[in-house]
Amino acid sequence: MKCRELAEFLMDYVSGELPEENRSHFELHLERCRNCREYLVQYEGCVKAGRIACGATSDELPADVPEDLVKAVLAARKLEPSS
Amino acid sequence: MGGATPVDDEASLIAQLRAGDESAYEQVVRTYGGRLLAVTRRIVGSEEDARDIVQDAFLNAFKSVDRFEGNSKLSTWLHRIAVNAALMKLRTRKRKPEQSIESLLPAFLDDGHHEERFKSWEEPVDIAMERAETRQLVRAKIDELPDGYRTVLVLRDIEGLDTEETANMLGLSVNATKIRLHRARQALRTLLAPHLGTSPAAGEAAS
Repeated sequence: MKCRELAEFLMDYVSGELPEENRSHFELHLERCRNCREYLVQYEGCVKAGRIACGATSDELPADVPEDLVKAVLAARKLEPSS
Repeated sequence: MGGATPVDDEASLIAQLRAGDESAYEQVVRTYGGRLLAVTRRIVGSEEDARDIVQDAFLNAFKSVDRFEGNSKLSTWLHRIAVNAALMKLRTRKRKPEQSIESLLPAFLDDGHHEERFKSWEEPVDIAMERAETRQLVRAKIDELPDGYRTVLVLRDIEGLDTEETANMLGLSVNATKIRLHRARQALRTLLAPHLGTSPAAGEAAS
C-alpha cells in the first residue's frame, strides 16, 4: 500500500469500517511510514477540533437566545391560524 | 422569563405545546434557539438568513407538533426541520458555481508518496482547543469550506447524523456523501495544519 491509498482508506479506517484484509495492509504501512502516522493524527485531530469548536457545548452558542428572536417567534405564532 | 413555567419532562412539554400553552412555546425557543441558530448559520453562512430560517422552523414545528411522533427527541426533530430549511435556502441561493476543493487535498508524488512532509504536532488538539481563539479559528476555517463539503461535514461530524440520513437530506448517494465527508475533513486539515500543533508560547520561543 502506498501513502496515496492509505489517505484514501483513512476515513473507513478511523470509523472501523475498513475490511480486515485492507486493514492489515493499512496498519503495516502505518507502522513503517512516519509521515502517514502524522497525517492520521492530524486528520483525526481536525475532526475532533470541529466537534469541540461547533458542538453542543461550544462557546459560540449565546447563553441567551436573542430576545428579539424569541419575541418575533411568539408574535408570528399568534398571527398563524391555530391548528 | 415572562413567567415561563419550567418543564423538565419532554413529554409534558409536548403536551403543553399541543394544548397551545404560550409559556411552553417560549420555553422551547429559549431552550433550543441558540443551537439551531448556530447550526443554520454554519450552513447558510449568514446571521440574518439564519434568524429567518430558525424563526420559520419554530413556526413550522409548532404548527405540526401534532404530527410529532415522539420516536425521536424534540431537539432532534427541531434540528431536522431547521437544517432542511437551511439546505433549501442554500439551494435556492446557488450564487456562485461550486468552488473546487482540489487545492486543499493532499498531493502525491508519482511514486505514491505524499508531496508534503507533515510537521509533527507537539500540542494535542484537546489542549489547543482549550483556547477560545483556537475554537474561533476552527469555526472560521470550517466556514471557508465550499458549500457542498461544509454541509456534509456539519451534518456528519457536528450534528452527528449518520451517512444515510445525511445523504437523504442532501439528495446525494451514500457513496458520494462519504467521499465528500472525507474530502471536507482533508481540506479542513490543510486549512488548520499551519495553526495547530504548536502552542502560541512554544511558537514564540522558537522564532
